[in-house]
Amino acid sequence: MTDIEIKHHLTDALLMAYSAGNLPEAFSLTVATHISMCDECRARLGAFDAMGGAMVERCETVDMSVGSLEATMQRIRAAGAPPATAPRRKNGLPQPLQDYIGGDLDAVKWRSVGMGVKQAILPTSRAATARLLFIPAGAAVPDHGHRGTELTLVLQGAFVDEVDRFGPGDIEVANEDLNHTPVADIGADCICLAATDAPLRFRGLIPRLAQPFLRI
Amino acid sequence: MKPTTDRKRKENEDWVACIARIRDAQDEAAFARLFGHFAPRVKAFLMRSGADATLAEECAQEVMATLWQKAHMFDPSRASAATWIFTIARNRKIDALRKQKRPEPEDLPWGNEPEPDQADVLALQEESDQLGDAIAALPEKQRVLIEKAYFSDLSHSEIADQTGLPLGTIKSRIRLALDRLRHAMK
Ligand SMILES: [Zn+2]
Repeated sequence: MTDIEIKHHLTDALLMAYSAGNLPEAFSLTVATHISMCDECRARLGAFDAMGGAMVERCETVDMSVGSLEATMQRIRAAGAPPATAPRRKNGLPQPLQDYIGGDLDAVKWRSVGMGVKQAILPTSRAATARLLFIPAGAAVPDHGHRGTELTLVLQGAFVDEVDRFGPGDIEVANEDLNHTPVADIGADCICLAATDAPLRFRGLIPRLAQPFLRI
Repeated sequence: MKPTTDRKRKENEDWVACIARIRDAQDEAAFARLFGHFAPRVKAFLMRSGADATLAEECAQEVMATLWQKAHMFDPSRASAATWIFTIARNRKIDALRKQKRPEPEDLPWGNEPEPDQADVLALQEESDQLGDAIAALPEKQRVLIEKAYFSDLSHSEIADQTGLPLGTIKSRIRLALDRLRHAMK
């Protein structure tokens, strides 16, 4: 996945929170999927992990219990050989996303939300929601604002909003200051992975009616 | 180079060698040395993250057992021993304390590429140590924020964008290691 050119990357704050283990699952999934597509952010994450390593090295110590080492050796002997690592995907969507879908794009259980737009909510903890969005070429997602943060990662096709054009691998990090209307590129249908940590706020009446269906 | 940095680098070289001996010869003495140094730090890390002493003890043992089982996956040209152990402890923290899953990026393939170049390993160790020193030298306010992020559960919106962090050279070093790995795959 290094052959695509990615312009829009993760923020330092997201990478640090992911490295520290402080993101809700839906956000972690989106971050992990972007990193699977982006060597630049993979290297940046490596640097944040190194910061975590330095923190552990600097950390004070707490004595382990008596017999702790022997107890750990027993755990190791009881566990036996380590499980083989999972085979890597040959193509299609990045592996972390396939793990949540239970397969590639053809396994997604889409539900229509009107105007040709479809979505599939992925099973994550409820602190935030992860959904796949299918936006037909040239169609728009209703104008909306956010109370929290919305991450939108393009998997296929592209969309354009008030900020810029976002192509495959690009991620848009939108906070509450941004009201935007993403429109899929006219050339191809757009498939995104979107994560939100608070319900979206739509501007118009009809989208507000649609909100219960979107569960956003 | 400062003497403390020299000493730390020597230390990390030892840890890397210990992990290799576990991988190649199931060397329990090498494991005991790693355990003596890292298990009490992992336990402290977990307690600062909110675990009580009993849970932290159990999780620290599990983290160290995972180190043994995954010794073959450690790549010292991409991470220092402390960094690698941190990532194992962090994953255990999310699982045991936060009761969440942590989706991982798909890994680059392991096993086929040649042993990492010794010069790369040394350079990575050196830069890991320099990063440690740079963090120690940060202004109090910034260092406290990093500690809170890694030891408690500061959310991404509470972490303001930290563009002034001294991550540049180590990022380039890791990027280089990734490029080599990519190249070896072709
Ligand atoms: Zn990126």
